[in-house]
Amino acid sequence: MPALPETTIPADAVLFETLLRVGDSALILGHRVSEWCGHAPTLEEDIALANVALDLIGQATLWLGLAAEIEGAGRDADALAFRRDAGGFRNLLLAEQPNRDFAVTVMRQFLFDAWHAEMLAGLAVSTDPRVAEIAAKAQKEVAYHLERSETLVIGLGDGTPESHARMQAALTRLWPFTGEPFRGDATDAAAAEAGIAPDPAALEPGWSARVEAVLAEATLTLPDTARFRSGGRSGVHGEALGLLLAEMQFLQRAYPDARW
Amino acid sequence: MYAQMVTSEGGKARDEMTPEERAFQDRIDRGERIEPKDWMPEGYRKTLIRQIGQHAHSEVVGQLPEGNWITRAPTLERKQILLAKVQDEAGHGLYLYSAAETLGVSRDELTGMLLAGKMKYSSIFNYPTLTWADIGAVGWLVDGAAIMNQVPLQRTSYGPYARAMVRICKEESFHQRQGYSIMMTMARGTPDQKAMAQDALNRFWYPSLMMFGPSDKDSVHSAQSMAWKIKINTNDELRQKFVDQTVPQARFLGLEIPDPGLAWNEEKGGHDFSQPDWSEFYEVLKGNGPCNAERMEARIEAWEDGAWVREGLMAHAEKRAAAHAAE
Repeated sequence: MPALPETTIPADAVLFETLLRVGDSALILGHRVSEWCGHAPTLEEDIALANVALDLIGQATLWLGLAAEIEGAGRDADALAFRRDAGGFRNLLLAEQPNRDFAVTVMRQFLFDAWHAEMLAGLAVSTDPRVAEIAAKAQKEVAYHLERSETLVIGLGDGTPESHARMQAALTRLWPFTGEPFRGDATDAAAAEAGIAPDPAALEPGWSARVEAVLAEATLTLPDTARFRSGGRSGVHGEALGLLLAEMQFLQRAYPDARW
Repeated sequence: MYAQMVTSEGGKARDEMTPEERAFQDRIDRGERIEPKDWMPEGYRKTLIRQIGQHAHSEVVGQLPEGNWITRAPTLERKQILLAKVQDEAGHGLYLYSAAETLGVSRDELTGMLLAGKMKYSSIFNYPTLTWADIGAVGWLVDGAAIMNQVPLQRTSYGPYARAMVRICKEESFHQRQGYSIMMTMARGTPDQKAMAQDALNRFWYPSLMMFGPSDKDSVHSAQSMAWKIKINTNDELRQKFVDQTVPQARFLGLEIPDPGLAWNEEKGGHDFSQPDWSEFYEVLKGNGPCNAERMEARIEAWEDGAWVREGLMAHAEKRAAAHAAE
């Protein structure tokens, strides 16, 4: 755990930042998943992907709505989603990784879901009842997301030689982004201290145990590359996020006076 | 209307029918439902496969023009509503393929025919969605036209099709309301938004009228489908009903229907209106519409790129089954 900051971060700022982190990850991953609409490998997957995207965007609406309320600056969830530039986003880098093929999409989902489930379990016992309430609702949805992504990782990892190779390549590609969720900063430390959110590092053993067990059943090999990529917490993202936002925010940016 | 110009076959005059065929027609005339295991004439089965298959394909291809705006939906709420709507369309595709399967044709076979260009989907989905107002227009007009056709199909003679329609109609009426809600917001919004709403109506009006298909009052195929209660109303009846329903809705929005010939006809108790350009309709059916190539490419790509996923999951299921059997 990093050293506590010398000056105390105001409680509302800690809560606001914590809500953006969890809300932005849900929003950006939900957006990515929604890009599949109409292009999935089977009709059942079209339906399931839309479902996951809907859940995540619904959760983002709640998290960002609460964040805006805490901020008290006259913004709402839409203003936070559609009027911030990339540097203002606090999502995990894993969430913004482009879909590429179905293997990357499924692997990204699994690695995220396994963290998300742990994170929400921690948020569900938050000292802030508003946080706990949203987390409890999201937990039910994410339990299903994790069940689905696990099943797909196992099925495709232990499927044909091609599906195995694609899943292994996806895992290798995404592995460097899997350390970030567990490396907290001063804000996370303050949030943990206040009992608002779990300590990020404390979520890692549960995540690792689950991921290792599922990947073993999927006959996939854990990459030996470092899990070093990070930047989401401080708004330093990859190039792809700017393009995603350019698309997502187009109408609100082009017609700033309009109501939709 | 998601099934257009479905050809029926095997229609016969009563005195040419076999005793089985006559008994079958009597059941339909009495308003009985035909179920999958019941005897049915081959023509009835084939015509239904064509119609339900075309309807299913339309739902699946229909995801694309609306999916085009999911990533650009202007608010979180609109994005969720649109996602839910497009998800419903995929679900409708699923019920309809399942209904077709009860007639002895698999979903993969039907998909193969769609991708090979041997089966059609509704002409409407070959038109582009160029602005957010088009998403409103699609819900209002396209789903509105679909409901016109699908409400009577809840009484169609084939049980699985009729039951699928009951559920589909409930969802479609929600879709139409969401489309109208977008149009209302746009029509009462900024001048730019109002212009987008009018432009969307201008572009989708005639393609929506085409959804009902050309006049079929003299069509033998339609007569046979109506005798079998696979088709309940003529194309012209449904089109008239659609126009009469939509004109006051457009007026309420303060938008103008792009038809100088539109006028209330007291005598017939309905509107007179201009026919769409049917030569355009036939070109779109032939594959020459604004988005035919893109829609088919997207579906072919999804199918081909997804092959390894389907094969992988099948291979895994087989391994599991083998391991289970060995235990």
